[in-house]
Amino acid sequence: MSTAVTKSMTLGEGGSALAFAGLAGLSLIVVANAHTPEYGFHALLFLAGSVLAVFAIVNRYYERPAALPPITVDGRPNYNFGPVKFATVAAMVWGIAGFSVGLWAALELAFPALNFDLPWLTFGRIRPLHTSAVIFAFGGNVLIGTSFYVVQRTCRARLAGDIAPWFVVLGYNFFIVIAGTGYLLGITQSKEYAEPEWYADLWLTVVWITYFLIYLGTIMRRTEPHIYVANWFYLAFILTIAVLHLGNNAAIPVSLFSPKSYIVWSGVQDAMVQWWYGHNAVGFFLTAGFLAIMYYFVPKRAERPVYSYRLSIIHFWSLIFLYIWAGPHHLHYTALPDWAQTLGMTFSIMLWMPSWGGMINGMMTLSGAWDKLRTDPVLRMLVVSIAFYGMATFEGPLMSIKAVNSLSHYTDWTIGHVHSGALGWVGYVSFGAIYCLVPWLWNRELYSLKLVNWHFWISSLGIVLYITSMWVSGILQGLMWRAYTQLGFLEYSFIETVEAMHPFYVIRALGGALFLAGALIMVFNLWRTVYPREATVGRAVLAPAQ
Amino acid sequence: MSFWQKHAIFEKNSIVLVLGVLIVIAIGGLVEIAPLFYLKNTIEKVEGIRPYTPLELAGRNIYVREGCYNCHSQMIRPLRDEVERYGHYSLAAESMYDRPFQWGSKRTGPDLARVGGKYSDDWHRDHLNRPTSVVPGSIMPAYPWLVRTELDFQHIANDLRVQAALGVPYSSDMVANAVEDTRAQASSDAFDSVDLAKRYPKTQSRDFDGNPGRITEADALIAYLQVLGTMVDFRRYNNRANIR
Repeated sequence: MSTAVTKSMTLGEGGSALAFAGLAGLSLIVVANAHTPEYGFHALLFLAGSVLAVFAIVNRYYERPAALPPITVDGRPNYNFGPVKFATVAAMVWGIAGFSVGLWAALELAFPALNFDLPWLTFGRIRPLHTSAVIFAFGGNVLIGTSFYVVQRTCRARLAGDIAPWFVVLGYNFFIVIAGTGYLLGITQSKEYAEPEWYADLWLTVVWITYFLIYLGTIMRRTEPHIYVANWFYLAFILTIAVLHLGNNAAIPVSLFSPKSYIVWSGVQDAMVQWWYGHNAVGFFLTAGFLAIMYYFVPKRAERPVYSYRLSIIHFWSLIFLYIWAGPHHLHYTALPDWAQTLGMTFSIMLWMPSWGGMINGMMTLSGAWDKLRTDPVLRMLVVSIAFYGMATFEGPLMSIKAVNSLSHYTDWTIGHVHSGALGWVGYVSFGAIYCLVPWLWNRELYSLKLVNWHFWISSLGIVLYITSMWVSGILQGLMWRAYTQLGFLEYSFIETVEAMHPFYVIRALGGALFLAGALIMVFNLWRTVYPREATVGRAVLAPAQ
Repeated sequence: MSFWQKHAIFEKNSIVLVLGVLIVIAIGGLVEIAPLFYLKNTIEKVEGIRPYTPLELAGRNIYVREGCYNCHSQMIRPLRDEVERYGHYSLAAESMYDRPFQWGSKRTGPDLARVGGKYSDDWHRDHLNRPTSVVPGSIMPAYPWLVRTELDFQHIANDLRVQAALGVPYSSDMVANAVEDTRAQASSDAFDSVDLAKRYPKTQSRDFDGNPGRITEADALIAYLQVLGTMVDFRRYNNRANIR
C-alpha cells in the first residue's frame, strides 16, 4: 500500500478550471458590451467569480496531497462535511437577511415613507428579495446542507465528487447573490418566485444538474441495501425542481449583452405554466424537501423509528403525484379555462390526505417518547413544525375551493396562509434540524437549551401575531370589496379598504420582528456552540466533580 | 410476496426510483398544460387585440422591472363586485401577447386590467411622482425617478424581433421602424404618427408625461397604463359568439 501516487490533475479539476477560464473570457466580453450598467455589474461579478474559481482550483491542486481523500478509512465511510458546514452557516446568514428584509417590507406597507423614494428600496423590488432570500437562500441552503448530510449518513458513503460538492454550495450561493442584487437593480422577469433573469437561470441549471448528479452518485455508492425514505423525498425535490425550473424559465434573451428576455409562453399558457411552477415550488421545494428533513431528523432526535413504513410509501407517491395538479387553484375565476380550474381544485382537496398522512407519520414517530417534549425544546420545535404543516395543509385545500377562493384570493389571507407554512413549518423544521446539525458537525454540545426555549416561545408568539392579523385583514378586505349598500352600490372605495388594513399591517410587522428576534437568539446560541468561551469549556470538563 | 415488498424495487435501484418519480410528476403537468396549446376555446377570437407598440412595450418592461405585479393584479374575475368596480371581466385574448403574463396574485392596490382611459395622463404623472398627492390614503411607493429618467429605447427593435420569433405578429416593417415609432408615439405632433397608426390601429400618441422636450420612462409607462384593457370595444363584443 505504500506505493507513491504520482500527483496529477483530475479531469474534474482541469475541466472546471478550463470552463471557468472560458466563462471569465465571456464575462469580460459582456462587461465591455453590456447594454445597461446593471448588467455590466453582474458580468463583472461573473468575471470576478470565475477568476477566483480558477485560482482556487489551481491553488488547491498545489496544496493537496497526491492522493485524493479516501472513500473509507478503516472500513468506515470518510464523510465529507465541509460543504455541509458551509451551507449551514450560509442558511443562517441568509435567514437573518431574509427575515430582516421581510420585516422592512412589512413596515413599508404600514408606513410607506420607509420607501424613501429610492428605486432599490421600493416595495416592488424588496418583496421579491424577501421571498427569494427566505425560500431559495435560507431554505435552499438548509436543503442542500441537510441533504448532503443525510445522504451520506443514510447511505453510509462519502459524498460523490471531489470539488463538485463545493461547486454546488458556492455556485448556488453565487446564484443567490446575482438574483438578489438583480432585483434591487431592477433586473427581474416579474414571474412570482421565478424572478431571476435568463443568465442567472442558466447558471442555476448547471449548478442544479451537478447537485443531482452528486446526490445520485452518492446513493449509487451506498453500502446500505435500501435507499432510506428521506432520500426519496430529497430526490423527488431535486428532480422536480429541475423540471419546473426549465419549464417556467424557457425564455429567449433579447441579446447576449442585455439582461432582458422574453418568456416563450404568453398570457393564459404562461399563467398556467407559472402556477404549475409556483405551486410546486411550494410542493417540492418547501414541502418534499423539508419532509425529507422531517423523516431523518425527527426519528433521530426522538430516538424512535419512523412510525409507519407503509404510510411513508403511500405518503411519498401520493404526495408527489397529486401536488403537480394543484397549480390552477391560483387561477380560480380567471381567464384560464374552467376545466383546468376544476381539476386544480379537485386535486388540491385530495392533497389534504397525503399531507395529513405525512403529518401523522411524523407526529406518531414520537410514540413512546412524548415525554421528551418537556425536556427537549429542539424536539418540540420539530414537532410543532409538523403541527403547523398539518394546519397549513388543511387551510390550503380549504382556500382552493372556488367559493372560498373568490373571497380569499388577492387578499392578505393568502399571505397569512403562506406564512403559517413558511414560518411555522419550513422555519421550525429548519431551525430544529440546524440545532441538531451544528453540534453534530462541529462535535460540540449545544451551548444552551434554555435559549432554544426562548427562541421557540418568542418566535411562536410572532407567528401567532402574524397569521391572526393576516386572517383578519384578509377576510375583512375581501368582505369590504364585495360589500353593497342598501341601494345596491359598492359600499367602499378601494382606498377605504386599504386604509382599514393599517392596524393589521402594524401587528404583522410586530409578529415578524419577534420571529426575527428569535432567529437572532438562535444565531448567538449557535455561535457560542461553535466558538465556546474558554471558561465554558473548562466547566464542561469539571462537570463530573459535582 | 406481499404488495409492500414489491416496493423494494424502488428502494434498491436508484435509477428505477428516478424514473418512477419522473413519470409520476409528469402526468399532472401534461394533462393540465398541453391541451391549452391546442384547444381552440382556450383563447377565443376577439376583435381589436393588437401587439403593443414599441413605446407601450417599453412601458410594460418598466412595469415588469419595478415589480408592480407584487401589488396590482391585471385580471378581473367574473364576480359582480369586480365587474362593477373594474369593468368587464378579463378575456384570455386580452393577455395573449403578454410575456410574461402579469395577472398578479395580490391586490394591495387595485386591479389595473382596465385602468386605461380611467384617469388623465396628468393624474398618472402626479400619482407616480407622489401617490398621496392624488390619493391621500395611498400606501404605494413614489416613483419620482420615472419622469426624470430618459427612456432607453435604442435597442427596442431587438425586443420586437425576439417577440416576433416567438409568434407575436410584429411585421418586419414594425421591427425596422421600432425606434421611429417609439419617438412618434411619445410626441404630440400628429404628423409623426400617421405611419404609426397604420402599423398599430387606434394608437394614442401624444406627450404623456407633460414634458414634450424629452421621452422619459414615465412617457412609456403611462402609454402602457393608458392602453390597458382598452383594445376590445365591449359595446360591440358578443360574449355568445364563441359558445359551441
